[in-house]
Amino acid sequence: MSRPSSLIYDRQARSLVFQVLLILALVFGAWWLGSNTLVNLAAQGKTLGFGFLTQTSGFQINATLGTWLMEYNVGSSTYLDVYVIGIINTFLVAALGIIGATILGFTMGIMRLSKNFVIRSFATVYVEVLRNIPLLLQLFFWYFAVLRSLPNRRGQIEIFEGAAGINITGLYLPAPLPQDGAGIVGVAFIVFVIAAFWIGSWAKKRQYETGQRFPAFWAGVAIIFFGTALVYFVMGQPIDWSFPVFKDTGPLLRRGFQIGNGMAIIPEFIAVWLALTLYTAAFIAEIVRAGILAIAKGQTEASYSLGIRPGTTLRLVIIPQALRVIIPPLTSQYLNLTKNSSLAVAIAYPELVSIFAGTALNQVGKEIEMIGMMMIVYLTFSLLTAAFMNWFNARVKLVER
Amino acid sequence: MANARDKNYEFVRREDAPILPPPATEAGITGWLWQNIFVSMADYTSIGAGIRSLLMAILSALILYFGGTQIYALIDFTIFSAVFSDPEGIKREACWTVDQGGVLPSGWHGACWPFVVAKQKFLLYGAYPAEDLWRVNLTGLVGLVGMVWVMIEQLPYRREVGAAMLSLYPLMAFILLTGGNSDAEFSNIGIWLVIGLAIISAGRLGKRGFLGPTFAEFATLIGFTGWVFLIFNAVRGVAAVDFGLEPIDTRDWGGLLITLVVAITGIVASLPLGIILALGRRSEMPVARLLSTIFIEFWRGIPLITVLFMASVMLPLFMPEGVNFDNLLRALIGVMLFSAAYMAEVIRGGLQAIDKGQYEGAQAMGLSYWQTMRLVILPQALTHVIPGIVNTFIGLFKDTTLVSIVGIFDLLGAAQSTIADPSWSSHVQALSVYVYVALLFFVFCFGMSRYSIYMENKLSKSRSH
Repeated sequence: MSRPSSLIYDRQARSLVFQVLLILALVFGAWWLGSNTLVNLAAQGKTLGFGFLTQTSGFQINATLGTWLMEYNVGSSTYLDVYVIGIINTFLVAALGIIGATILGFTMGIMRLSKNFVIRSFATVYVEVLRNIPLLLQLFFWYFAVLRSLPNRRGQIEIFEGAAGINITGLYLPAPLPQDGAGIVGVAFIVFVIAAFWIGSWAKKRQYETGQRFPAFWAGVAIIFFGTALVYFVMGQPIDWSFPVFKDTGPLLRRGFQIGNGMAIIPEFIAVWLALTLYTAAFIAEIVRAGILAIAKGQTEASYSLGIRPGTTLRLVIIPQALRVIIPPLTSQYLNLTKNSSLAVAIAYPELVSIFAGTALNQVGKEIEMIGMMMIVYLTFSLLTAAFMNWFNARVKLVER
Repeated sequence: MANARDKNYEFVRREDAPILPPPATEAGITGWLWQNIFVSMADYTSIGAGIRSLLMAILSALILYFGGTQIYALIDFTIFSAVFSDPEGIKREACWTVDQGGVLPSGWHGACWPFVVAKQKFLLYGAYPAEDLWRVNLTGLVGLVGMVWVMIEQLPYRREVGAAMLSLYPLMAFILLTGGNSDAEFSNIGIWLVIGLAIISAGRLGKRGFLGPTFAEFATLIGFTGWVFLIFNAVRGVAAVDFGLEPIDTRDWGGLLITLVVAITGIVASLPLGIILALGRRSEMPVARLLSTIFIEFWRGIPLITVLFMASVMLPLFMPEGVNFDNLLRALIGVMLFSAAYMAEVIRGGLQAIDKGQYEGAQAMGLSYWQTMRLVILPQALTHVIPGIVNTFIGLFKDTTLVSIVGIFDLLGAAQSTIADPSWSSHVQALSVYVYVALLFFVFCFGMSRYSIYMENKLSKSRSH
């Protein structure tokens, strides 16, 4: 009965033994790696610990949103500040990239399905070229070939006279300077946005009940725009604008854009944003195209036979159904874009990998802690995205019949 | 009753109507032009439709203008305005305009091809010694022939060639590229070979029941272990043979060579690992499932750049003292683990697409788990996901450019370092080499994506009943 060979054929016993072996191998591997690491660290005279986070950092970071928000100063800011600045800058470029790539990607995806040959082939060429060239090469192209051929720091290309200009040191735009009462304008803006959404849902409900339509979109836009403008003027225009100042006379070394006026957007940011947007848009275009093609042709034909116009058909019949197919891969493209923003290290845009795992790591030398901290940021974002995906899939499934 | 025709009514037709040619809007070139371009801008029956048609016309014209000028600019840059030769050997001055001290007209903007030609060897092979380039070329040629052979379906022995490409070819490539002659000792290898043989024979004996019933149960596993020993040490032995090739350090490798080595090694090595992970994630054993899931999600959740950073900074810390990987091997390990996670997800997709009846059928035939997988499930699942594997490969091929960030001179890294050469410095230097590298990448990636589409069509045809 209890001959060992009978246990061998026992499914549960086999799987139990195998799993125990697996755990043992894992524990042994972890112990081996851990002990090696400790020996190596000891040999290098290093210890583990997060004490370095409160040390002050000793390097300059290019002025970006992160440094502005954290009020970064060499000598007084800590490595924890550097970490936070890295995260802010990563998500800044990722968020703006996602917005840009979504708009461009949807446009290109719909253009690829156009009946018009010119529009269709333009989108096809765009997608095929941008998709098949490495992102890093595109990044180098924008940064080293395009932005480096802009006028030098004593010259500029004027975009709006006295308000916006670009040269090799970056793009200069007017900067808003909130005064007393600007907060109220901000609150009012949010309130009006909420009101616009409320009007939208009210109009929808009314249309379902009475069949009467209400131009909710334009009403919403008008409320947000005029309402905010009204509050803005009632509060006595509480936002001052700082315009960039460009000098092309005077001592040679003083010419160019004057520091402290307007808002400067560094060329590294522009290059990363452009590359990420254009590259990811090509993938999004393919996802959108596949999503729309996945909707049966009968849907379009039924809609046409009801007398609905092509544009309205696309907006009310096709896209809502296609979104169900589009959103899961779209989310993973957003995730890819966020991860790809780490390529910015190649042109020294001050994001997480570049300043924390690059410059700061070189100064502090805490490889394990710092790379671990960097990974946690990306992993958290991935897990959040995965959680959203699961939630979305569950929600879509309920709608499905 | 008389027919209407006989009654000679005026309104009754007596001849067939003439067969007219199709309207110009339906056939021929004009028809194509009408249906593909002008029909969308020809509706002026109402104000709304008129505005829409007008907008469409304006949009088309703008896009035509924008696309046309872009394409013309590219052709002009690469061909019409480009400098093709540097007969006097004046290097950078060949691509200088009058203002910069050269001979080209002011405002000239074109590719500087002599620069790219002069850097050609560096872009393709890096610092690989010039007299040994035949080794790289031979490796590439054999690889290309083998790959094309496997892909063309009319050729005989495709399976055998494929097996050789996966087993003998990597060994050959390793020896040719590095020079082989590793410093492993033959006596040492010999001992391990004998041990391997001993284990195999023990397994054989055990299978026939000579060593008792308990041992017989494990005989297959033991025989397998023996083979692993034998093959591993045979490979070590061959790699240690002195073929009289000059050893070449991987630091001297570069350019397209590195790109291809990293991408191909990454994808080939990640296949078996990916299969194991995918099976693990679908396994019934909770521990295996959990570990595989954590592994896959971890690697998929972090950017490749951090993986490479980790491989180059943290890997040396993890290894016992004295074990030192060279830079390329570190990057390879990172790329391999990274792509294994992606590969596992692709293969899992294939596994999920297999009908449950296949598993049940195999079980009913009395096949064990591994037999089921090897003989029934995996062959179907893997053919199913060939397009997905090719797409992963395209992604990996593009991602190899990231190794340039950790100091390995792949194609893009080599291109970037040629820009720093002052003897060719000109205002079109960067753009020239970028256009060239982009073209190389485009040809590879576009070709592979066409192949994947072709496979997809073929597979979907064979699958439809």
